[in-house]
Amino acid sequence: MCLGVPGRVVSVDDNLATVDFWGVHREVRLDIVDEPVAAGDYVLNHVGFAIRRIPDAEVTATMALYDELLAAAAEADLLAQDVRSELRANRRARAPTKAKRGTLE
Amino acid sequence: MTVGGESTMIEFRDAGRGHALAQALRRAVDESGRERITVMHVCGSHEQAIARYGLRDLFPERLEVIMGPGCPVCITDTDEVDEAVALARQGVRVLTYGDMLRVPGSVMSLADAKREGADVGVVYSVAEAAAQAVASDAPVVFFATGFETTAVATAAVLLGEPPAGFQVLSAHKYIPPVMEIVAEMPGSRVEGFLAAGHAATITGWGIFDDFVAEHGRPVAVAGFEPLDILAALCRLVEMIARAEPRTINVYPRCVTREGNRCAQQTLWRVFRATGGLWRGIAHVPNGNLRLRGTYARYDAREHFDTSAASSPSTAAARALAGRCRCGDIMSGIATPADCALFERECTPEAPVGACMVSSEGTCRIWQQYGVRSGNGDAAVLGVCPRIP
Ligand code: SF4
Repeated sequence: MCLGVPGRVVSVDDNLATVDFWGVHREVRLDIVDEPVAAGDYVLNHVGFAIRRIPDAEVTATMALYDELLAAAAEADLLAQDVRSELRANRRARAPTKAKRGTLE
Repeated sequence: MTVGGESTMIEFRDAGRGHALAQALRRAVDESGRERITVMHVCGSHEQAIARYGLRDLFPERLEVIMGPGCPVCITDTDEVDEAVALARQGVRVLTYGDMLRVPGSVMSLADAKREGADVGVVYSVAEAAAQAVASDAPVVFFATGFETTAVATAAVLLGEPPAGFQVLSAHKYIPPVMEIVAEMPGSRVEGFLAAGHAATITGWGIFDDFVAEHGRPVAVAGFEPLDILAALCRLVEMIARAEPRTINVYPRCVTREGNRCAQQTLWRVFRATGGLWRGIAHVPNGNLRLRGTYARYDAREHFDTSAASSPSTAAARALAGRCRCGDIMSGIATPADCALFERECTPEAPVGACMVSSEGTCRIWQQYGVRSGNGDAAVLGVCPRIP
Protein backbone atom coordinates (compact mmCIF):
# COMPACT_ATOMS: atom_id res chain seq x y z
CA MET A 1 0.00 0.00 0.00
CA CYS A 2 3.00 2.30 -0.24
CA LEU A 3 3.21 2.52 -3.99
CA GLY A 4 1.00 4.74 -6.12
CA VAL A 5 0.48 4.08 -9.81
CA PRO A 6 0.56 6.65 -12.63
CA GLY A 7 -1.94 6.87 -15.49
CA ARG A 8 -3.06 9.31 -18.20
CA VAL A 9 -6.33 11.17 -17.76
CA VAL A 10 -8.73 10.54 -20.64
CA SER A 11 -11.66 12.60 -19.44
CA VAL A 12 -12.91 14.35 -16.34
CA ASP A 13 -16.47 14.35 -15.04
CA ASP A 14 -16.73 16.44 -11.90
CA ASN A 15 -14.62 14.66 -9.28
CA LEU A 16 -14.28 11.46 -11.26
CA ALA A 17 -11.70 10.95 -13.98
CA THR A 18 -11.41 8.20 -16.53
CA VAL A 19 -7.75 7.27 -16.56
CA ASP A 20 -5.81 5.15 -19.00
CA PHE A 21 -3.49 2.64 -17.35
CA TRP A 22 -1.48 0.87 -19.99
CA GLY A 23 -4.45 0.69 -22.32
CA VAL A 24 -7.07 -0.13 -19.69
CA HIS A 25 -9.55 2.59 -18.74
CA ARG A 26 -10.42 2.92 -15.07
CA GLU A 27 -12.21 5.45 -12.91
CA VAL A 28 -10.24 7.50 -10.42
CA ARG A 29 -11.60 9.88 -7.80
CA LEU A 30 -10.21 13.41 -7.86
CA ASP A 31 -11.33 14.50 -4.36
CA ILE A 32 -7.85 14.77 -2.94
CA VAL A 33 -5.59 15.48 -5.92
CA ASP A 34 -3.26 18.41 -5.32
CA GLU A 35 -4.02 20.39 -8.48
CA PRO A 36 -6.81 20.71 -11.04
CA VAL A 37 -6.64 17.88 -13.54
CA ALA A 38 -7.56 17.89 -17.23
CA ALA A 39 -7.59 15.35 -20.03
CA GLY A 40 -4.03 14.55 -21.10
CA ASP A 41 -2.55 15.05 -17.63
CA TYR A 42 -0.84 12.25 -15.77
CA VAL A 43 -1.90 11.49 -12.20
CA LEU A 44 -0.52 9.27 -9.47
CA ASN A 45 -3.22 7.01 -8.05
CA HIS A 46 -3.54 5.27 -4.74
CA VAL A 47 -6.39 2.88 -3.86
CA GLY A 48 -8.69 4.50 -6.39
CA PHE A 49 -7.80 8.12 -5.65
CA ALA A 50 -5.48 10.48 -7.51
CA ILE A 51 -3.02 11.88 -4.96
CA ARG A 52 -0.93 14.01 -7.32
CA ARG A 53 -0.92 15.53 -10.77
CA ILE A 54 2.46 14.61 -12.20
CA PRO A 55 4.19 17.70 -13.66
CA ASP A 56 4.70 17.35 -17.43
CA ALA A 57 8.48 17.44 -17.14
CA GLU A 58 8.43 14.43 -14.83
CA VAL A 59 6.06 12.14 -16.66
CA THR A 60 8.72 10.23 -18.58
CA ALA A 61 10.88 9.48 -15.57
CA THR A 62 7.86 8.48 -13.52
CA MET A 63 6.46 6.11 -16.15
CA ALA A 64 9.78 4.37 -16.76
CA LEU A 65 9.81 2.36 -13.54
CA TYR A 66 6.28 1.12 -14.06
CA ASP A 67 6.81 0.31 -17.72
CA GLU A 68 9.64 -1.97 -16.74
CA LEU A 69 7.77 -3.47 -13.82
CA LEU A 70 4.71 -4.43 -15.79
CA ALA A 71 6.56 -5.47 -18.95
CA ALA A 72 9.27 -7.59 -17.42
CA ALA A 73 8.01 -8.76 -14.08
CA ALA A 74 6.91 -12.28 -13.39
CA GLU A 75 3.49 -12.91 -11.86
CA ALA A 76 5.14 -13.67 -8.53
CA ASP A 77 6.97 -10.36 -8.35
CA LEU A 78 5.71 -8.56 -5.25
CA LEU A 79 6.34 -5.03 -6.48
CA ALA A 80 4.52 -5.77 -9.75
CA GLN A 81 1.75 -7.51 -7.80
CA ASP A 82 1.20 -4.40 -5.71
CA VAL A 83 1.07 -2.28 -8.85
CA ARG A 84 -1.52 -4.65 -10.32
CA SER A 85 -3.71 -4.52 -7.22
CA GLU A 86 -3.50 -0.73 -7.28
CA LEU A 87 -4.83 -0.94 -10.83
CA ARG A 88 -7.67 -3.17 -9.69
CA ALA A 89 -8.47 -0.60 -7.00
CA ASN A 90 -9.55 1.73 -9.77
CA ARG A 91 -11.90 -0.78 -11.29
CA ARG A 92 -14.88 0.21 -9.22
CA ALA A 93 -13.92 3.54 -7.75
CA ARG A 94 -17.39 5.03 -8.21
CA ALA A 95 -18.99 5.56 -4.82
CA PRO A 96 -21.65 7.86 -3.46
CA THR A 97 -20.25 11.28 -3.00
CA LYS A 98 -21.37 14.81 -2.47
CA ALA A 99 -17.89 16.14 -2.03
CA LYS A 100 -16.67 18.20 -4.93
CA ARG A 101 -13.24 19.46 -5.64
CA GLY A 102 -12.81 22.78 -3.95
CA THR A 103 -15.18 22.14 -1.05
CA LEU A 104 -12.20 22.49 1.26
CA GLU A 105 -11.51 26.03 2.23
CA MET B 1 11.03 3.06 -23.39
CA THR B 2 10.39 -0.50 -22.39
CA VAL B 3 13.33 -2.68 -23.23
CA GLY B 4 12.77 -6.23 -22.14
CA GLY B 5 15.22 -8.88 -21.25
CA GLU B 6 17.45 -7.11 -18.78
CA SER B 7 17.38 -8.59 -15.35
CA THR B 8 17.98 -5.56 -13.23
CA MET B 9 16.60 -2.07 -13.30
CA ILE B 10 20.04 -0.58 -13.07
CA GLU B 11 21.15 -2.21 -16.30
CA PHE B 12 17.84 -1.41 -17.85
CA ARG B 13 17.71 2.24 -16.91
CA ASP B 14 21.24 3.41 -16.70
CA ALA B 15 23.93 0.98 -15.70
CA GLY B 16 26.57 3.70 -15.61
CA ARG B 17 24.68 5.89 -13.19
CA GLY B 18 23.75 2.95 -11.02
CA HIS B 19 27.32 1.81 -10.64
CA ALA B 20 28.53 5.36 -10.14
CA LEU B 21 26.01 5.78 -7.35
CA ALA B 22 26.96 2.47 -5.77
CA GLN B 23 30.59 3.60 -5.84
CA ALA B 24 29.73 6.98 -4.39
CA LEU B 25 27.89 5.22 -1.59
CA ARG B 26 30.89 3.00 -0.91
CA ARG B 27 33.16 6.06 -0.87
CA ALA B 28 30.85 7.92 1.49
CA VAL B 29 30.85 5.01 3.91
CA ASP B 30 34.65 4.59 3.64
CA GLU B 31 35.28 8.29 4.19
CA SER B 32 33.08 8.30 7.25
CA GLY B 33 35.71 6.15 8.94
CA ARG B 34 32.90 4.42 10.76
CA GLU B 35 32.79 0.76 11.70
CA ARG B 36 29.11 0.55 10.96
CA ILE B 37 26.33 2.84 9.85
CA THR B 38 22.74 1.75 10.30
CA VAL B 39 19.82 3.38 8.55
CA MET B 40 16.17 2.45 8.47
CA HIS B 41 13.51 2.74 5.82
CA VAL B 42 9.85 2.67 6.75
CA CYS B 43 8.19 1.46 3.58
CA GLY B 44 7.28 -1.99 2.29
CA SER B 45 7.76 -0.87 -1.29
CA HIS B 46 11.33 0.18 -0.49
CA GLU B 47 12.06 -3.28 0.87
CA GLN B 48 10.48 -4.85 -2.20
CA ALA B 49 12.66 -2.72 -4.46
CA ILE B 50 15.82 -3.42 -2.44
CA ALA B 51 15.16 -7.18 -2.56
CA ARG B 52 13.91 -7.27 -6.13
CA TYR B 53 16.95 -5.52 -7.57
CA GLY B 54 19.41 -7.21 -5.24
CA LEU B 55 20.53 -3.83 -3.92
CA ARG B 56 21.88 -5.26 -0.68
CA ASP B 57 24.62 -6.84 -2.77
CA LEU B 58 25.65 -3.34 -3.85
CA PHE B 59 25.54 -1.79 -0.39
CA PRO B 60 28.92 -1.46 1.31
CA GLU B 61 29.42 -4.06 4.02
CA ARG B 62 29.56 -1.49 6.77
CA LEU B 63 26.20 0.01 5.77
CA GLU B 64 23.22 -1.69 7.30
CA VAL B 65 19.82 -0.89 5.79
CA ILE B 66 16.94 -2.24 7.81
CA MET B 67 13.21 -2.19 7.29
CA GLY B 68 11.30 -0.59 10.10
CA PRO B 69 7.56 -0.55 10.75
CA GLY B 70 6.72 0.23 7.13
CA CYS B 71 4.29 -2.58 6.44
CA PRO B 72 0.79 -1.36 7.25
CA VAL B 73 -0.55 -4.89 7.51
CA CYS B 74 2.21 -6.03 9.87
CA ILE B 75 1.70 -3.26 12.40
CA THR B 76 -2.09 -3.57 12.56
CA ASP B 77 -2.48 -4.60 16.16
CA THR B 78 -3.83 -7.97 17.27
CA ASP B 79 -6.59 -6.11 19.16
CA GLU B 80 -7.68 -4.41 15.96
CA VAL B 81 -7.85 -7.71 14.07
CA ASP B 82 -9.78 -9.12 17.03
CA GLU B 83 -12.30 -6.28 16.75
CA ALA B 84 -12.86 -7.02 13.05
CA VAL B 85 -13.16 -10.73 13.77
CA ALA B 86 -15.64 -10.02 16.60
CA LEU B 87 -17.81 -8.01 14.20
CA ALA B 88 -17.67 -10.67 11.52
CA ARG B 89 -18.63 -13.39 14.02
CA GLN B 90 -21.62 -11.30 15.11
CA GLY B 91 -22.92 -11.62 11.57
CA VAL B 92 -21.91 -8.17 10.35
CA ARG B 93 -20.55 -7.95 6.81
CA VAL B 94 -16.88 -6.98 7.04
CA LEU B 95 -14.89 -5.75 4.05
CA THR B 96 -11.17 -5.09 4.01
CA TYR B 97 -8.04 -4.99 1.86
CA GLY B 98 -6.90 -8.42 0.66
CA ASP B 99 -3.68 -8.55 2.66
CA MET B 100 -5.60 -8.27 5.93
CA LEU B 101 -7.57 -11.49 5.56
CA ARG B 102 -4.94 -13.86 6.84
CA VAL B 103 -3.39 -11.68 9.50
CA PRO B 104 -3.76 -13.56 12.77
CA GLY B 105 -5.67 -12.02 15.65
CA SER B 106 -5.37 -13.42 19.14
CA VAL B 107 -8.13 -15.93 18.39
CA MET B 108 -8.30 -16.19 14.62
CA SER B 109 -7.88 -14.29 11.37
CA LEU B 110 -10.70 -12.88 9.26
CA ALA B 111 -10.06 -15.74 6.85
CA ASP B 112 -10.69 -18.21 9.69
CA ALA B 113 -13.92 -16.41 10.56
CA LYS B 114 -14.94 -16.58 6.90
CA ARG B 115 -14.31 -20.31 6.87
CA GLU B 116 -16.62 -20.55 9.89
CA GLY B 117 -19.31 -18.88 7.81
CA ALA B 118 -18.83 -15.20 8.62
CA ASP B 119 -19.53 -12.68 5.87
CA VAL B 120 -16.06 -11.33 5.04
CA GLY B 121 -15.14 -9.79 1.71
CA VAL B 122 -12.14 -8.20 0.02
CA VAL B 123 -12.11 -4.84 -1.72
CA TYR B 124 -9.34 -2.99 -3.51
CA SER B 125 -10.63 0.44 -2.60
CA VAL B 126 -12.63 2.03 0.20
CA ALA B 127 -14.83 3.54 -2.50
CA GLU B 128 -15.73 0.02 -3.58
CA ALA B 129 -16.69 -0.82 0.02
CA ALA B 130 -18.93 2.26 0.22
CA ALA B 131 -20.56 1.29 -3.08
CA GLN B 132 -21.41 -2.12 -1.58
CA ALA B 133 -23.03 -0.37 1.38
CA VAL B 134 -25.24 1.62 -0.99
CA ALA B 135 -26.45 -1.58 -2.58
CA SER B 136 -27.11 -3.27 0.77
CA ASP B 137 -29.86 -2.91 3.38
CA ALA B 138 -27.68 -4.37 6.12
CA PRO B 139 -24.74 -2.46 7.56
CA VAL B 140 -21.34 -2.94 5.95
CA VAL B 141 -18.20 -2.43 8.02
CA PHE B 142 -14.99 -1.48 6.27
CA PHE B 143 -11.96 -2.59 8.28
CA ALA B 144 -9.75 0.34 7.30
CA THR B 145 -6.02 -0.30 7.52
CA GLY B 146 -2.95 1.41 6.15
CA PHE B 147 -0.93 4.55 6.60
CA GLU B 148 -1.76 8.16 5.79
CA THR B 149 -1.87 7.55 2.03
CA THR B 150 -4.69 5.05 2.50
CA ALA B 151 -6.37 6.92 5.36
CA VAL B 152 -6.81 9.91 3.06
CA ALA B 153 -8.91 7.75 0.74
CA THR B 154 -11.09 6.61 3.67
CA ALA B 155 -11.48 10.24 4.73
CA ALA B 156 -12.46 11.34 1.23
CA VAL B 157 -15.18 8.71 1.06
CA LEU B 158 -16.61 9.77 4.44
CA LEU B 159 -16.55 13.44 3.44
CA GLY B 160 -18.72 12.35 0.54
CA GLU B 161 -21.40 11.34 3.07
CA PRO B 162 -22.07 7.72 2.20
CA PRO B 163 -25.25 6.13 3.62
CA ALA B 164 -25.26 5.51 7.37
CA GLY B 165 -25.10 1.75 6.79
CA PHE B 166 -21.47 2.25 5.80
CA GLN B 167 -19.35 1.90 8.93
CA VAL B 168 -15.61 2.24 9.36
CA LEU B 169 -13.50 0.27 11.80
CA SER B 170 -10.38 2.40 11.64
CA ALA B 171 -7.02 0.79 12.21
CA HIS B 172 -5.26 3.49 10.20
CA LYS B 173 -1.79 4.44 11.36
CA TYR B 174 0.29 7.59 11.02
CA ILE B 175 4.00 7.08 10.29
CA PRO B 176 5.84 10.17 11.60
CA PRO B 177 5.25 9.41 15.31
CA VAL B 178 6.57 5.85 15.05
CA MET B 179 9.86 7.14 13.66
CA GLU B 180 10.32 8.94 16.97
CA ILE B 181 9.64 5.76 18.89
CA VAL B 182 12.14 3.76 16.84
CA ALA B 183 14.76 6.51 17.03
CA GLU B 184 14.53 6.62 20.82
CA MET B 185 14.29 2.88 21.46
CA PRO B 186 16.95 1.78 23.92
CA GLY B 187 19.72 0.07 21.97
CA SER B 188 18.53 1.51 18.67
CA ARG B 189 21.39 1.74 16.17
CA VAL B 190 19.34 3.70 13.67
CA GLU B 191 21.19 6.87 12.69
CA GLY B 192 19.08 8.03 9.79
CA PHE B 193 15.84 7.37 7.97
CA LEU B 194 14.74 6.88 4.39
CA ALA B 195 11.22 8.25 4.22
CA ALA B 196 8.66 6.74 1.86
CA GLY B 197 8.14 8.76 -1.29
CA HIS B 198 4.42 8.39 -1.79
CA ALA B 199 3.44 8.95 1.84
CA ALA B 200 5.55 12.13 1.66
CA THR B 201 3.61 13.08 -1.47
CA ILE B 202 0.72 13.61 0.92
CA THR B 203 2.49 14.96 4.02
CA GLY B 204 5.27 16.91 2.26
CA TRP B 205 8.90 16.61 3.27
CA GLY B 206 8.76 19.65 5.55
CA ILE B 207 6.97 17.51 8.12
CA PHE B 208 10.25 15.77 8.97
CA ASP B 209 12.11 18.96 9.95
CA ASP B 210 10.85 18.91 13.53
CA PHE B 211 11.77 15.24 13.85
CA VAL B 212 15.30 15.94 12.61
CA ALA B 213 15.72 18.88 14.98
CA GLU B 214 14.45 16.93 17.96
CA HIS B 215 16.12 13.58 17.41
CA GLY B 216 19.25 14.59 15.51
CA ARG B 217 18.69 11.93 12.84
CA PRO B 218 18.73 12.95 9.17
CA VAL B 219 15.87 12.01 6.85
CA ALA B 220 16.08 11.47 3.09
CA VAL B 221 12.84 11.15 1.13
CA ALA B 222 13.30 8.47 -1.53
CA GLY B 223 11.50 7.09 -4.56
CA PHE B 224 11.23 3.46 -5.57
CA GLU B 225 13.77 2.95 -8.32
CA PRO B 226 17.16 1.48 -7.53
CA LEU B 227 18.77 4.77 -8.48
CA ASP B 228 16.42 6.71 -6.19
CA ILE B 229 17.27 4.48 -3.26
CA LEU B 230 21.03 4.51 -3.87
CA ALA B 231 21.04 8.29 -4.26
CA ALA B 232 19.06 8.78 -1.06
CA LEU B 233 21.38 6.45 0.86
CA CYS B 234 24.40 8.43 -0.36
CA ARG B 235 22.95 11.66 0.96
CA LEU B 236 21.95 10.04 4.21
CA VAL B 237 25.42 8.58 4.84
CA GLU B 238 27.03 11.93 4.05
CA MET B 239 24.82 13.69 6.57
CA ILE B 240 25.49 11.05 9.21
CA ALA B 241 29.25 11.18 8.64
CA ARG B 242 29.33 14.97 8.94
CA ALA B 243 26.90 14.98 11.84
CA GLU B 244 24.80 17.47 9.91
CA PRO B 245 21.27 16.11 10.17
CA ARG B 246 18.75 17.66 7.80
CA THR B 247 15.77 16.64 5.73
CA ILE B 248 16.72 16.05 2.11
CA ASN B 249 14.23 15.44 -0.66
CA VAL B 250 15.78 13.01 -3.13
CA TYR B 251 12.42 12.45 -4.83
CA PRO B 252 11.57 15.96 -6.07
CA ARG B 253 9.74 14.59 -9.10
CA CYS B 254 6.98 13.53 -6.70
CA VAL B 255 7.40 15.23 -3.33
CA THR B 256 7.22 18.91 -2.41
CA ARG B 257 7.95 20.66 0.86
CA GLU B 258 4.34 21.29 1.73
CA GLY B 259 2.89 18.14 0.17
CA ASN B 260 -0.71 17.75 -0.90
CA ARG B 261 -2.60 20.33 1.18
CA CYS B 262 -6.00 19.24 -0.05
CA ALA B 263 -5.31 15.65 1.04
CA GLN B 264 -3.97 16.80 4.42
CA GLN B 265 -7.10 18.84 5.07
CA THR B 266 -9.28 15.90 4.08
CA LEU B 267 -7.33 13.59 6.38
CA TRP B 268 -7.44 15.82 9.46
CA ARG B 269 -11.02 16.86 8.97
CA VAL B 270 -12.14 13.25 9.38
CA PHE B 271 -9.42 11.73 11.57
CA ARG B 272 -7.66 12.63 14.78
CA ALA B 273 -4.36 11.18 15.92
CA THR B 274 -4.42 9.23 19.14
CA GLY B 275 -2.07 6.88 20.94
CA GLY B 276 -2.34 3.15 20.38
CA LEU B 277 -0.53 -0.12 19.97
CA TRP B 278 1.40 -1.05 16.87
CA ARG B 279 1.80 -4.80 16.64
CA GLY B 280 5.19 -5.85 17.87
CA ILE B 281 6.47 -2.29 18.25
CA ALA B 282 5.03 -0.36 21.16
CA HIS B 283 2.33 2.01 22.20
CA VAL B 284 2.85 4.88 19.78
CA PRO B 285 1.63 8.28 20.96
CA ASN B 286 -0.38 9.86 18.12
CA GLY B 287 0.31 6.82 15.96
CA ASN B 288 -3.31 5.74 15.46
CA LEU B 289 -5.89 7.53 13.34
CA ARG B 290 -9.43 7.39 14.69
CA LEU B 291 -12.63 9.04 13.45
CA ARG B 292 -13.44 12.43 14.92
CA GLY B 293 -16.64 12.83 16.91
CA THR B 294 -18.24 14.65 13.99
CA TYR B 295 -18.02 11.41 12.02
CA ALA B 296 -19.19 9.18 14.89
CA ARG B 297 -22.17 8.07 12.80
CA TYR B 298 -19.73 6.17 10.58
CA ASP B 299 -17.66 4.79 13.45
CA ALA B 300 -18.21 1.04 13.83
CA ARG B 301 -16.90 1.25 17.40
CA GLU B 302 -19.86 3.48 18.28
CA HIS B 303 -22.49 1.15 16.87
CA PHE B 304 -21.26 -2.36 17.52
CA ASP B 305 -19.72 -4.31 20.32
CA THR B 306 -16.21 -4.80 19.00
CA SER B 307 -14.79 -6.37 22.12
CA ALA B 308 -13.04 -9.57 21.24
CA ALA B 309 -14.57 -13.00 21.50
CA SER B 310 -12.91 -14.99 24.20
CA SER B 311 -12.48 -18.47 22.78
CA PRO B 312 -8.81 -19.24 23.22
CA SER B 313 -6.59 -20.10 20.28
CA THR B 314 -4.97 -23.49 20.31
CA ALA B 315 -1.97 -23.88 22.54
CA ALA B 316 0.18 -24.96 19.59
CA ALA B 317 -0.67 -21.84 17.60
CA ARG B 318 0.08 -19.67 20.62
CA ALA B 319 3.44 -21.32 21.17
CA LEU B 320 4.45 -20.66 17.57
CA ALA B 321 3.18 -17.07 17.68
CA GLY B 322 5.23 -16.52 20.84
CA ARG B 323 8.39 -17.29 18.86
CA CYS B 324 7.55 -14.85 16.03
CA ARG B 325 10.14 -12.07 15.82
CA CYS B 326 8.19 -9.60 13.67
CA GLY B 327 8.44 -6.96 16.38
CA ASP B 328 12.23 -7.27 16.62
CA ILE B 329 12.49 -7.21 12.85
CA MET B 330 10.40 -4.05 12.54
CA SER B 331 12.42 -2.40 15.30
CA GLY B 332 15.63 -3.21 13.46
CA ILE B 333 16.93 -5.59 16.12
CA ALA B 334 16.64 -8.78 14.07
CA THR B 335 16.25 -9.91 10.46
CA PRO B 336 14.03 -12.73 9.19
CA ALA B 337 17.16 -14.89 9.10
CA ASP B 338 17.29 -14.60 12.89
CA CYS B 339 13.87 -16.20 13.23
CA ALA B 340 14.04 -19.96 13.66
CA LEU B 341 10.58 -20.32 12.11
CA PHE B 342 11.44 -18.46 8.89
CA GLU B 343 10.59 -20.68 5.90
CA ARG B 344 10.17 -23.64 8.22
CA GLU B 345 7.07 -23.45 10.38
CA CYS B 346 6.34 -20.01 8.92
CA THR B 347 5.67 -19.76 5.17
CA PRO B 348 3.38 -17.60 2.99
CA GLU B 349 0.98 -20.57 2.83
CA ALA B 350 0.92 -20.99 6.61
CA PRO B 351 2.07 -17.67 8.09
CA VAL B 352 2.78 -17.51 11.81
CA GLY B 353 3.29 -13.74 11.93
CA ALA B 354 1.91 -10.80 9.97
CA CYS B 355 5.33 -10.09 8.44
CA MET B 356 4.95 -13.30 6.40
CA VAL B 357 1.39 -12.46 5.28
CA SER B 358 1.67 -9.14 3.54
CA SER B 359 3.44 -8.46 0.25
CA GLU B 360 5.02 -5.59 2.18
CA GLY B 361 6.18 -7.65 5.13
CA THR B 362 9.92 -8.17 5.47
CA CYS B 363 9.64 -11.94 5.94
CA ARG B 364 7.38 -12.35 2.92
CA ILE B 365 9.68 -10.19 0.78
CA TRP B 366 12.81 -12.06 1.84
CA GLN B 367 11.08 -15.38 1.24
CA GLN B 368 9.89 -14.30 -2.21
CA TYR B 369 13.23 -12.99 -3.44
CA GLY B 370 15.37 -15.60 -1.75
CA VAL B 371 17.12 -13.15 0.57
CA ARG B 372 18.79 -15.16 3.29
CA SER B 373 20.65 -12.62 5.35
CA GLY B 374 21.24 -8.91 5.71
CA ASN B 375 24.03 -7.29 3.78
CA GLY B 376 27.53 -8.09 4.82
CA ASP B 377 27.14 -11.73 3.96
CA ALA B 378 24.46 -11.19 1.36
CA ALA B 379 26.82 -11.89 -1.51
CA VAL B 380 26.10 -15.58 -1.14
CA LEU B 381 22.42 -15.56 -1.94
CA GLY B 382 20.82 -18.93 -1.56
CA VAL B 383 23.01 -19.94 1.36
CA CYS B 384 21.63 -19.33 4.81
CA PRO B 385 24.51 -19.16 7.25
CA ARG B 386 22.42 -17.89 10.12
CA ILE B 387 19.52 -20.30 9.99
CA PRO B 388 20.20 -23.31 12.17
S1 SF4 C 1 9.41 -15.70 9.79
FE1 SF4 C 1 7.27 -15.81 10.51
S2 SF4 C 1 7.43 -16.26 12.69
FE2 SF4 C 1 9.46 -15.53 12.03
S3 SF4 C 1 9.41 -13.33 12.39
FE3 SF4 C 1 8.75 -13.62 10.30
S4 SF4 C 1 6.50 -13.71 10.41
FE4 SF4 C 1 7.27 -14.03 12.51
